[in-house]
Amino acid sequence: MATQSSRSAARIMMAPAVFVLLVWMLVPLCMTLWFSFRDYRPLRGGDLGFVWFDNFVRFVTSSSFWPAIFTTLLIVGGVLLVSIIFGVLLAMLLDQPMWGQGVVRILVIAPFFVMPTVSALVWKNMFMDPTNGLFAHLWRAFGADPVVWLSDVPIFSLILIISWQWLPFATLILLTAFQSLDSEQLEAAEMDGASPLARFFYIALPHLSRAITIVILIQTIFLLAVFAEIFVTTGGAFGTRTLTYLIYQRVLESQNVGLGSAGGVYAIILANIVAIFLMRIVGKNLDR
Amino acid sequence: MARAVTTQRKAINTAIAWIVGLLIFFPILWTILTSFKTEAEAIANPPVFLFFDWTLENYGVVQERSNYMRFLWNSVFLAGGSTLLGIIIAVPAAWSMAFVPSKRTKDILLWMLSTKMLPAVGVLYPIYLLCIRLGVLDNRFALVVVLMLINLPIIVWMLYTYFKEIPGEILEAARMDGAGLKEELLYVLTPMAVPGIASTILLNFILAWNEAFWTLNLTSVDAAPLTAFIASYSSPEGLFFAKLSAASTMAIAPILILGWFSQKQLVRGLTFGAVK
Repeated sequence: MATQSSRSAARIMMAPAVFVLLVWMLVPLCMTLWFSFRDYRPLRGGDLGFVWFDNFVRFVTSSSFWPAIFTTLLIVGGVLLVSIIFGVLLAMLLDQPMWGQGVVRILVIAPFFVMPTVSALVWKNMFMDPTNGLFAHLWRAFGADPVVWLSDVPIFSLILIISWQWLPFATLILLTAFQSLDSEQLEAAEMDGASPLARFFYIALPHLSRAITIVILIQTIFLLAVFAEIFVTTGGAFGTRTLTYLIYQRVLESQNVGLGSAGGVYAIILANIVAIFLMRIVGKNLDR
Repeated sequence: MARAVTTQRKAINTAIAWIVGLLIFFPILWTILTSFKTEAEAIANPPVFLFFDWTLENYGVVQERSNYMRFLWNSVFLAGGSTLLGIIIAVPAAWSMAFVPSKRTKDILLWMLSTKMLPAVGVLYPIYLLCIRLGVLDNRFALVVVLMLINLPIIVWMLYTYFKEIPGEILEAARMDGAGLKEELLYVLTPMAVPGIASTILLNFILAWNEAFWTLNLTSVDAAPLTAFIASYSSPEGLFFAKLSAASTMAIAPILILGWFSQKQLVRGLTFGAVK
């Protein structure tokens, strides 16, 4: 169908986008790799030459590595669990006939549009502040001692804040998936005497499985990169240092670029493992 | 799933859904309400909900003290500039992939997506260093380019899925009538593509507005947008709840309104067409 000339025109039209993304990907990636093999501390002696795999070994053997991995897993896992479970429930609820459906949907989605620094600060100060926060008022009203959220239960607090931001995303996607569910199939099952629970587990859930997978994969990629929420709440203290935050601290705060870059390479590999699965699903979808 | 239900059932659904919806929305509502209180009322125990002396004082104070307008202008400039630049680069690319697909189109699309998966922190230092060497740290134009690049894959993907929906027969008919590439683009495709492009602009403006990794790490004074402005409140200044609320409300209000219009695009834009 396409002629030779339109083909070459197409190539020219694609060139700028491909070129800038290629440069954007390759140049920093190569630099990170280069630095990761060198002992490079801009504030203490500068570039001290090749140390090869020393940085990679030092990064994983440092005492902060495993706690950071553990924290990362807890936060990513916790937020995924909350957003999937409540996302399914919310999507089911929003799919029911009701008055003012459009308005409720907007109320539920709104947190997604709040910038991360705002939501983190609003939660940190106005809700979780141990003297004047709303939670402290609430706890006192019941005669309990206010919880110092961000230092007593820091991981839980962060999961709460980040889940609040990501629940809307999961809900919206699952709702979209729900709406494509064949209602006749459900009605047939209902007439055949299937209980609501059975209808949920044998018809709705299998139908949702693809959407759930996609939510998990996309959120994992974004959650691995969570930064601003930690930056403005705990600054990595109280055991809230994730892998991303650890690398940030190595690179910019303590200016140990070699070590931080080795960590960066690990982060890239980790994200790629998740990305491969996501790409496979997206790629399959392209063929249809 | 439009099924006949009793009014009673509908009433129960409505009640539960509204309670849950308001609960989720509450932090935003509370922030907006608090921004109109005095500092004393903002921390009052028991908290005052609606019956307080509404005041605009905090908005005045925030503007005066922090040169709010500069941060706002930077946010508009960064989000608008990066989106516009991204659209200029992405429209031709998405157009050619949608209408002149080749064997490699799918690979290119997936590869573009993969660049989006690259964790920013992995390339933080190289970008930081390049900015210093080129003398563009804390520079608006540099940040426009960075934000454009991180959103370009999403822009290309969204446009691609929209363009894909334009029926190819129309193009063939136009070609049959002797339309060249230029006419095809100008008179046939553009009018049909405008809604898709508008949606793409909307969603990417929102994403760029809220971006909080590069904007925090590559700016200090001159190019700092609202994300950085709010982050500066993490110091004890943030304990002035009413002022924090006023600053927050000003930072999120424009996007909440835009977000209202972009719910549908959100699914398409962030799932890369995998959920419809």
